[in-house]
Amino acid sequence: MSCEGSPVRRGLLVAALVVIGALAAAALLAPWVAPHDPTAIDLARKLQPPGKGCFLGTDHLGRDLWSRLVYGARVSIGTVVAIVALILVLSLAVGCTAGYAGGWVDALLMRACDLFLTFPTFILAMFLIGVLGTGLVNVILAIAFTHWAWYARIVRALVLTLKQRNYVLAARVAGTSRGRILIRHILPPVLAQLAILATLDIGHMMLHVSGLSFLGLGVQPPTPEWGVMINDARQYVWTQPALILYPGLMIFLTVMAFNIPGDHLRDVLDPVVRTQGA
Amino acid sequence: MWGYVGRRILVLGPMLVLVSVVVFLLLRWGAGDPALTYLRLSQIPPTPQALADARSALGLDRPLGAQYLGWLARAVRLDFGTSYVTRRPVLGDLLYYLPATLELAGVSLLLTIVVSVPLGVLAALHRESLLDNLTRVLAFTGVSMPSFWLGFLLVYAFSVQLHWLPPMGRGGVAHLVLPAITLALMSTCINIRLLRGSLLEHLHARSVLYARVRGIRERWVIGRHVLQNALIPVVTALGMHIGELLGGAVIVEIIFAWPGVGRYAVSAIYNRDYPVMQCFTLLMTVIFVGCNLAVDILYAWLDPRIRFGRENTA
Repeated sequence: MSCEGSPVRRGLLVAALVVIGALAAAALLAPWVAPHDPTAIDLARKLQPPGKGCFLGTDHLGRDLWSRLVYGARVSIGTVVAIVALILVLSLAVGCTAGYAGGWVDALLMRACDLFLTFPTFILAMFLIGVLGTGLVNVILAIAFTHWAWYARIVRALVLTLKQRNYVLAARVAGTSRGRILIRHILPPVLAQLAILATLDIGHMMLHVSGLSFLGLGVQPPTPEWGVMINDARQYVWTQPALILYPGLMIFLTVMAFNIPGDHLRDVLDPVVRTQGA
Repeated sequence: MWGYVGRRILVLGPMLVLVSVVVFLLLRWGAGDPALTYLRLSQIPPTPQALADARSALGLDRPLGAQYLGWLARAVRLDFGTSYVTRRPVLGDLLYYLPATLELAGVSLLLTIVVSVPLGVLAALHRESLLDNLTRVLAFTGVSMPSFWLGFLLVYAFSVQLHWLPPMGRGGVAHLVLPAITLALMSTCINIRLLRGSLLEHLHARSVLYARVRGIRERWVIGRHVLQNALIPVVTALGMHIGELLGGAVIVEIIFAWPGVGRYAVSAIYNRDYPVMQCFTLLMTVIFVGCNLAVDILYAWLDPRIRFGRENTA
């Protein structure tokens, strides 16, 4: 786009990468960064203002807000990594099979993808939670299950174009087996494209995860998830708005930090995505 | 063009039947036992005898195919079963709450269009101006903002602090302001940038240059040659936004205690009220598919390449 190399934009990118790095560090080092146990209830110290020991104060059960925010990074990043991994595996399996097999297999798998794309995403995720039950694992399954179809179609489109590339044709003429061509010549470029597309989507997926948790349909209390924390604090909007402010700010900053590099990648890749993708 | 529309409608029927099969199978393969849930919600102790009775009453003892066909036969007559909780027909309950949701989603969609089109046009015409950069910041903010957080921020500012607007419930126009803004923000932000990008592409098209050479007034060039073409990708994206609006409406209804289908469905999911979950998912999908069909028709009408191309082949 227009100001690709503008200093402001480059600064934003650096800032976003720093935030992502900090979040990853917080997620990995949570037990050392957080001063308190995020689930330790202490009713004698509930709804404390910021002060000694806990510098953001405590929530309605006397749990340290800062510690819960730090552990929240672990839950948020952990779920998104799991979701992306699941989507990659599922869409690679379906997309490669469809693109490589062709014929009725291809037609059948693509109609299945169409079928999943017929549903409104969030509504289907809610329904899946209703069927599977709430909890961390089921949220991961529900979000992955509602997002894979779009990726599978892109994988198929990529495989179809790559199949016609000269180096692949050359490998076939040279007598390389189908499986080897798939692994050596088709999978690496497809995987690279997919990883980038998934980065574009991470912020969106995080919003879905915390949205479900906010509804009480996702990660369950007392797990320190940011959406759960906002839901827990709903009745304190009049008296303790900080309990809602900070977890929301964390979601907002995290999603933004993932969206900014995504936007840069989109600019770099736009022609590729537009001609080969959905 | 009508041939194209007709074909799209013909495909829709089988697609919706397949959707209902998927929903039905997911329910049956899911973790819960509907008979057990039914007894729990009816407050009957789950003795083996009671369970067996509930199974046969709900038709769960029959083969899966027969169960589905039975369900389909009733669904065609708009009978989607009765709620385990309220004991009323599910569709009746959902249709009772639907107008509130449609009002919320409709107003948000309108807000999105009314705000994003002028801002998108201005941002494209005054590229790199203050306004353009503001919309860029707004786009990032809007896309990253969790609606449930935005809702609380708005409530805190305009209800708790300023006492300007009611914090929850449905009533007059004042009740609609905060929920509609909360729901519309994300789509609006995406749309502004999308329209801006699309306009910039079309501003440099040859037809526009030619129109200028012919000495046509600038206002007419922008309106007729640029905007109409630039709207095409925006209209395509509109279908996607409707899906987001339907899902987002659920969250907004919970924040603002808006009495819509979303709130009803969330409590049904807590209770595992299976007939309600099933009917809600299907109803939302039908609305989504219907809106997408409308969008496609609009798209075909806007884009002469499709309008005439299809007519020639038909």
